[in-house]
Amino acid sequence: MKHLLSVEDLTADDIHRLLELTDHMVEVSSRPIPKVPALRGKNVVSLFFEDSTRTRTSFDTAAKRLSADTMNFAVSSSSVNKGESLRDTIETISAMGVDAFVVRHKSSGAPQMITRWTNACIVNAGDGWHQHPTQALLDCYTIRTNLNRRDGFDGLRIAIVGDIKHSRVARSDVQAFTRLGAHVTLVAPPTLLPPSLDGWPVEVSHDLDSLLADLDVLYLLRVQRERMDDALLPSLEEYSALYGLTPTRAARLAPHALVMHPGPMNRGVEMVVDPSELPGSVILQQVTNGVAVRMAVLFTLLGSGSAASIGESA
Amino acid sequence: MTHRTVLSADDVRRALTRIAHEIVERNHGVEEVVLVGLQRGGVWVADALGDVLRGIDAEHPVPIGSLDVSFHRDDVRLRPIVPGSVTDIPVSLDGTTVVLCDDVLFTGRTVRAALEALNEYGRPRAVQLAVIVDRGHRELPIRPDYVGKNLPTARDEDVRATVEGVTIR
Repeated sequence: MKHLLSVEDLTADDIHRLLELTDHMVEVSSRPIPKVPALRGKNVVSLFFEDSTRTRTSFDTAAKRLSADTMNFAVSSSSVNKGESLRDTIETISAMGVDAFVVRHKSSGAPQMITRWTNACIVNAGDGWHQHPTQALLDCYTIRTNLNRRDGFDGLRIAIVGDIKHSRVARSDVQAFTRLGAHVTLVAPPTLLPPSLDGWPVEVSHDLDSLLADLDVLYLLRVQRERMDDALLPSLEEYSALYGLTPTRAARLAPHALVMHPGPMNRGVEMVVDPSELPGSVILQQVTNGVAVRMAVLFTLLGSGSAASIGESA
Repeated sequence: MTHRTVLSADDVRRALTRIAHEIVERNHGVEEVVLVGLQRGGVWVADALGDVLRGIDAEHPVPIGSLDVSFHRDDVRLRPIVPGSVTDIPVSLDGTTVVLCDDVLFTGRTVRAALEALNEYGRPRAVQLAVIVDRGHRELPIRPDYVGKNLPTARDEDVRATVEGVTIR
């Protein structure tokens, strides 16, 4: 594996292998000194052309726990503001010696483009509406550990609720969850669903209440407030009434059901209950697991026995 | 491929008994001793030595831990990470005498990685090394304190040491 661009590129076996490696990384993270020298001397550069706190710090923490050197590229203070093209930016930084770029970009496909301009590994940390593969992996890991599903998600019923249309998390999660065998239902107002769902192995519903009792996982997406301006939603109150997790709805979930959210949360919109009072909420675990999953990804790309590196050092 | 049995199950059991007594003798008892098995081959060795030591001195049960050194190896890129092989050190190692336990001592690189990994769990007063088989071919200045059997081998031979015995192929 040279790059992690999309869940599309991962087989179920690939996902299982990354999640098993994540178990190791969780153990490393629980050590008194949660740092190992596995990626010493590797240079990991974060290139975030879009705002992010948790994903960026999560990758940064992951790289540091593996002893890689990290560099943050802040677009706001960079030559991008002087009109430098993406390609020139990549080529310039690459010339300093980079082993991996962690890229977030508002344009779908930007990470894929970048692979042509550098020999470094590329990890997609979110591109437009397209993909956010490490989010999908950490979501899979969180479900796998909480519901004790080491062998796959056969028979699990997962509902993803919210703005599916503009969500890279939804796209990546649908692929990862279904690849592991889960049954996924998308729940959203028609205006927030993609124009065509051809090829999506999912069911669609506009009625959250009829699903609640049978769910193993309720996955809430963030409602992006800027969607109001596009007139895709009449009002936040209406969204909340139809699709938000209210105390009444929370009470109807099965006792074992998990409530997940990729963050940042809109309290009072998609999340009406206080998640800290929800027994099934694993939202903070998602954040913790994110670090371990990203360690597994970086280690797989930069550290473990790919055919190329086996030849080099023996 | 030919199999050659070098030690029988009884031989291994006797070697473990002798090593356990040597540990007691060398350390004047086991009060400060902690056994740490190296993942994965050394875990059973630590468990087995722990059993024998309990028989010798039931009043001072010896803590037993395991250490996964995968991420500390200098050849980490060449080896797959084995699922389920985890570090579990149940006590602080400050001031203790750690006996690292492994099945086969070969190049010494696992032990080097273990010494580094151990640092994260405290500062032992001393670290000793117990192995079932020393097969030679060291690449680092490392030697065992307790040995079940010194076994001259060719570099390309494969040595297996379990409770059931030691075989070469």
